[in-house]
Amino acid sequence: MTSLAMITGGLLMAVGFWGILTRRNLIRMILSLAITETGLHLVMIAAGYVRHGTAPIIDEAAVAGQTVDPVPQALVLTAIVIGVAVNALLLALIIRLYRKKGTLDVESFGELRW
Amino acid sequence: MIKRVLILAVLVFFLILFLSRVAGIDTPAQLTGVGAGYVDRSVGELNSPNVVTAVVVTYRGIDTLGEVSVLFLAAAAISLLLGSTGKKNGKGGAKEKRSASEILTTGADILVPVIMLFGVYIFLNGHLSPGGGFQGGAVVASAVLLLFLAYPGFRLRHGILAALESLSGTAYVVIAVLGLILASGFLDSRLLPLGETGRIISAGTIPLVYTLIGLKVGTELAGIIDSLGGDR
Repeated sequence: MTSLAMITGGLLMAVGFWGILTRRNLIRMILSLAITETGLHLVMIAAGYVRHGTAPIIDEAAVAGQTVDPVPQALVLTAIVIGVAVNALLLALIIRLYRKKGTLDVESFGELRW
Repeated sequence: MIKRVLILAVLVFFLILFLSRVAGIDTPAQLTGVGAGYVDRSVGELNSPNVVTAVVVTYRGIDTLGEVSVLFLAAAAISLLLGSTGKKNGKGGAKEKRSASEILTTGADILVPVIMLFGVYIFLNGHLSPGGGFQGGAVVASAVLLLFLAYPGFRLRHGILAALESLSGTAYVVIAVLGLILASGFLDSRLLPLGETGRIISAGTIPLVYTLIGLKVGTELAGIIDSLGGDR
C-alpha cells in the first residue's frame, strides 16, 4: 500500500515537472506546479504509514501504537495551505502580466532573460 | 525537440532514483520516535483525541502561526497586485454580466447556508474528528465562491471582512502570549480547563484557536477569491 501511494506520488511529481518544463502557457505551468505539489503531499503522507495503522485519532477502536504517524500529516496540512497561498499569488501575478501584455505565452516575457 | 528529450531523460533519471529509494523503504509495524510520543501524550496532556490537531495547534503551534502569517501575506499581496486597477476598469465600458442560470441560483440559495454550517462544524470539531480551522475555513470560502458564481453582482463587505480577519488574528496572538504567562509556554492550550474527553468544549484553548484560524482562513480565502475575480 505504501509503495503504491509513493509510486503514484512520484509519477505525479514527474508529470508535474514535465508540465512545468515543457508548457508555454503560464496557467498550465501553474497547474503543473499544483500537480507536483499533490504528488509531494502523497509521498509525505505515505512516508508516515505504519502497517495496518489507523488514522491518528484516539478512541476505543485505535489500539495504542497502531496509528499512523501524525507528524507528516500535520506537515502536509501546512504544505497544502502554503501551496494554496503560493498558487493564488502566482495567478495574481499572471493576471497582472496578462493585463500588461495581453498574452499568456511565457516566451513573450523575455525581459529577464540573460 | 532536443530540449524535450533532455527533459525526459532527466525526469526518467529522477524517477529511477526515486523508485530505488522507495524500494528500500520497509514499512514499520509499530510507530516509533516523535510521532509515537505525540500519539501517547495527546489525550493525557491536552485532552485532544485528534493527534494531528494537537500537533498543529499546540506542539507545533508556532509553525501554524507562521503559516497563518504566510497566508495573510499572500492575501495582502494579491489584493495589492490586483486591487489598484479597480477604478480604472470601472470607468471604461463595464460589460453587463449575464446573470447565472436558474439552476445555479436556486442551488446556491439552498446550499450556501448548509455549506457555511458544515464549515463551522468542521472547525469546531477539529479536536475530536478529522478537520480543523484550515479545512473549515476553506469550506466557508467555497460557499462564498458559490455566491460569486450564482450572483455576478454579489459584493463582499470589505470592512466587516477586514475587521473579522484582523480581530481573529490578534486574538490568536493574544491567546498564544497568554499561554506564555498563565500556562507553561507560547501557545500552550492548557490555559483553559481541559474538560471531559470527547466534548466540544474541552481540550483547553484548541477549539478556540481553531475557530479563530477558521474565521481568519475563511475571510482571507474569500478575499483572495474576490480579488482574483477581478472587476465585477
